[in-house]
Amino acid sequence: MKHDNSVDEIRLIEVKEEIFADNRKVADGLRETLKQQKTFMLNLMASPGAGKTSLIVKTIAGLADDIRLGVIEADIDSMVDAETVVKAGVPAVQLRTGGFCHVDASMVAKGLEGLAEKELDLIILENVGNLVCPAEFDTGAHKNAMILSVPEGDDKPLKYPLMFSICDVLIVNKIDYMDFSDFDLEKMRERVLRLNPDIKIIPVSCRTGEGIENWLEWLRMVSRQ
Amino acid sequence: MHELPVIEKILQVVLAHALKNRVKRVMKIHLEVGELSDLEEQWMQHYFDHLSKGSRAEKAKLVIEKIPARLQCTQCGEIFPFVAAAEGSNVCPACAAKDCRLIAGQGYFIKNLEVL
Repeated sequence: MKHDNSVDEIRLIEVKEEIFADNRKVADGLRETLKQQKTFMLNLMASPGAGKTSLIVKTIAGLADDIRLGVIEADIDSMVDAETVVKAGVPAVQLRTGGFCHVDASMVAKGLEGLAEKELDLIILENVGNLVCPAEFDTGAHKNAMILSVPEGDDKPLKYPLMFSICDVLIVNKIDYMDFSDFDLEKMRERVLRLNPDIKIIPVSCRTGEGIENWLEWLRMVSRQ
Repeated sequence: MHELPVIEKILQVVLAHALKNRVKRVMKIHLEVGELSDLEEQWMQHYFDHLSKGSRAEKAKLVIEKIPARLQCTQCGEIFPFVAAAEGSNVCPACAAKDCRLIAGQGYFIKNLEVL
């Protein structure tokens, strides 16, 4: 035998696999199940401090009378946000991501189990506060929303293009700070629309309540579809 | 930190293929990474080295090919490069329409493995 088995040859194995394919499959399953239950899920993303919890509290105040609402709070390791939401009067589940900076579809599935016995029209998933990982992982939500707050600056679409490209709606929060900053709403709008021409942009202030009605109107409209 | 969950997924897929193909050692992993990804190549390799310790993929090298972000005009179908840092709106170079959509530059794709 001439062939020497002791010398290993390098082989090539074709993989051709999208690494998030399995997550997307779980996410598609969740979306379908929720749709059959007539529950609409919104994935809310933003940097820490942009106003996710404040917006949720405003949303509860504006919608809880005619829409049955639940909240899934994802946080790296705290219960603060879920407690705030429960105080505002709706059921909430806290997911601790254990150090992970995003939630994926199977984590959301666990959160949904916690809300399972409630019949809900709308579930808001408050994702972990950052603009990087949450953009990569499909959560199973029907729509993606993000908040950009004025103090963060109008250059964020240039720095985190992926996040802006996957969202259906962009809430620009803290517009009451506009006079104290060089935030250029028009410039930001242009930067966002070139990434995502279909995105709806809604300026609000959770502090003064300005624009909140526009946000509630959008949410009512999409959650009815 | 953001590299960790992505690398964990990549390792899972690689090890599944290694097992299926009775691989002794994985030498190289050829990846396509969308240009819009914010992950740092250097950190991807660091996290990979850490997570793959003791597995068949230990010491494998990640060979990363960046896939450029591209836009397509919804009016005339023209495909052109997207430059994130450039100012101004995205005007189609062929027909001047402003309604253009991202069609490439997102996601992570494992092309193939070099194995022993």
